[in-house]
Amino acid sequence: MNLFDGFKDPQLCRAVLEQIHAELDGELRFMEVCGTHTVSIFRSGVRSLLSDKIVHLSGPGCPVCVTHDSEVAAFLDLAEKNVIIATFGDLMRVPGPDKRTLKMAQAAGARVKVVYSPFDALKIAQDNPGDKVVFLGVGFETTAPAIAATMRVAREQGLANFSVLGFHKLVPPALEALAGDPELKVQAFLLPGHVSAIIGVRPYLFLAEKYGIPAVVGGFEPLDILQALHLFVTMRREGRAEVVNAYTRVVSDAGNTTALAVMDEVFAPTDALWRGIGLIPGSGLAIRDEYADHDAMRIFDLTLKDVPEIKGCRCGDVLKGKIGPNQCPLFGTACTPASPVGPCMVSTEGSCAAYYKYSV
Amino acid sequence: MSEERILLDQGSGGKASHRLITGLFLKYLGNEYLNRLDDAAFLDVSGPISVSTDTFTVDPIFFPGGDIGALAVHGTVNDVAMLGARPRFLTCGFIIEEGLAVADLERIVASMGHAASEAGVKVVTGDTKVVPRGTVDKIFINTTGIGEVFVPDAPSGHRAAAGDAILVSGCMGDHGLAILAQREGLSFEAPVVSDCASLNHLIVRLLEAIPEVHVLRDPTRGGLATTLNEIAGQSGVECRIFEEHIPVRPEVSGGCSFLGLDPLYLANEGKFLCILPARYADQALSIMRADPLGHDATRIGEVRADHPGKVVLETPLGGTRLMDMLEGEQLPRIC
Repeated sequence: MNLFDGFKDPQLCRAVLEQIHAELDGELRFMEVCGTHTVSIFRSGVRSLLSDKIVHLSGPGCPVCVTHDSEVAAFLDLAEKNVIIATFGDLMRVPGPDKRTLKMAQAAGARVKVVYSPFDALKIAQDNPGDKVVFLGVGFETTAPAIAATMRVAREQGLANFSVLGFHKLVPPALEALAGDPELKVQAFLLPGHVSAIIGVRPYLFLAEKYGIPAVVGGFEPLDILQALHLFVTMRREGRAEVVNAYTRVVSDAGNTTALAVMDEVFAPTDALWRGIGLIPGSGLAIRDEYADHDAMRIFDLTLKDVPEIKGCRCGDVLKGKIGPNQCPLFGTACTPASPVGPCMVSTEGSCAAYYKYSV
Repeated sequence: MSEERILLDQGSGGKASHRLITGLFLKYLGNEYLNRLDDAAFLDVSGPISVSTDTFTVDPIFFPGGDIGALAVHGTVNDVAMLGARPRFLTCGFIIEEGLAVADLERIVASMGHAASEAGVKVVTGDTKVVPRGTVDKIFINTTGIGEVFVPDAPSGHRAAAGDAILVSGCMGDHGLAILAQREGLSFEAPVVSDCASLNHLIVRLLEAIPEVHVLRDPTRGGLATTLNEIAGQSGVECRIFEEHIPVRPEVSGGCSFLGLDPLYLANEGKFLCILPARYADQALSIMRADPLGHDATRIGEVRADHPGKVVLETPLGGTRLMDMLEGEQLPRIC
């Protein structure tokens, strides 16, 4: 038995589930803020076992889903220039404002390479000194440190042909924006395990202290998720709202200080556009001037263009937990995984894709 | 062979081609049909036949547990066998990139010869083209297989019926992850090896003992999930699968988890799916487990009438979810 088997144990899970249902004192609307949680809740079958009184909402935790249309347009425009684009696979099928995708660009001759790590992109730059290699830096605090580290290596090695088109987003400011929304109906947050492994627990304390919303940093196995739900139920019954770290096997309160240091060396907080939500102050990462030589926005003189919103697409309301994916008028009709209107339907971690893919 | 690399001349049809055919292809694939070097092979085949064709373009061409040559034999032999046939003959067409190392080609053809011999099939006719460097990736191989159907009601994806049991002959995802790991230079704690193998002898034994098998399918591209969806659609039934019974090696499961992939969508090249009346399930499993290629055979589910055309997965927790067909290829995720 490996470390994770215990967190999948069906008997234990069923026991916790029974406890949750026995102690539930009314409707519980919880939101998970991580695409991996979204998928895990569906894949493990947890969702199908929850009482109707437990309303599961998927928040803005899929990095592909929250990438703004203007940012998608920017990397599609860049793909058409004479550069090698290196990217994580999720971005390949994300439609831009005019329905273009990196897959289509590749078929039309653009040089797009799917990589498993930003260091693979660095290797492409080393192997192709005559070409400009741009890594698409999309993601949250989870991926930002590794990308920052590649930029540091590129600078140390004088690798002038490597740059990053950086559209990183930060989770705590997005949670602050959600928590401050007067229409918010979320009663508890399941906080992202991967992001928390980097930033720790302290950046979330405001949820309980300022807004009185209980929150739990949870792992991704079924028992982790059920344990978090049980904590929500218990805290509410006891009239408490705290931020609890229930993922201590991976997450420390202070986070990963080495990762945070390299992230801070390369990036500085900036305002950022979130798809469906709009501008959130301090929620993005800009590449610092010291790393301008590896900043694709500056090297290629790119600017984000205004793009019209897609009519009928309610990605924003889905990401904010105001409606379920299947309440969007486009869900399953105009918007399907074969012909996605928005990234929520195309990303493997998107809430719309999960609803479409896993609901019987 | 004196040339170190394949030249365009060797696909020209002249003396260089002839030297390649006699010195290499006949050396490893030769038999009474191929050696005649006529324009076509004269075959003596009787009764209903099963025919299948496939083109192999795998990258890399050599991988842990196999190579493109062995794969080109196993893949087509298996497809022919899944219809309840004894595969007998293969044809093969090679498209070779100018500059391929002759030693690599020889290794591939020798591997084909070995695989064909083990499967008991003969390569009866073939074709070789050499194309300019850059117009094809090293080597593409097409094989067509012919087999004699020996069961009265050939298994088919249309024949799954409510009450049938769903079996798999072994662990899922080995081939797909082995190829991916080799291509991307990824290494895992335990090495992942392709399962590519010809299943025809095992299939023959199974069908001779149980002629009432409704469906046989090898879950190649798209893996188990895609294959089950195809069958559910063809037969208009629900395939209900119990997740905890699906055999997946820990190293494959771990590797997939790391990469954000699902082993149930990864290709297999030496496994088959068997759907048959539930009363035969135990007998079929005994036959499969007695063969090294079916050692890990398991009953993974049942056919129902509840959700026609859908594959429903029951998780170990007792929850249910859809196991849909994949949209496009699996891609590694961001985090």
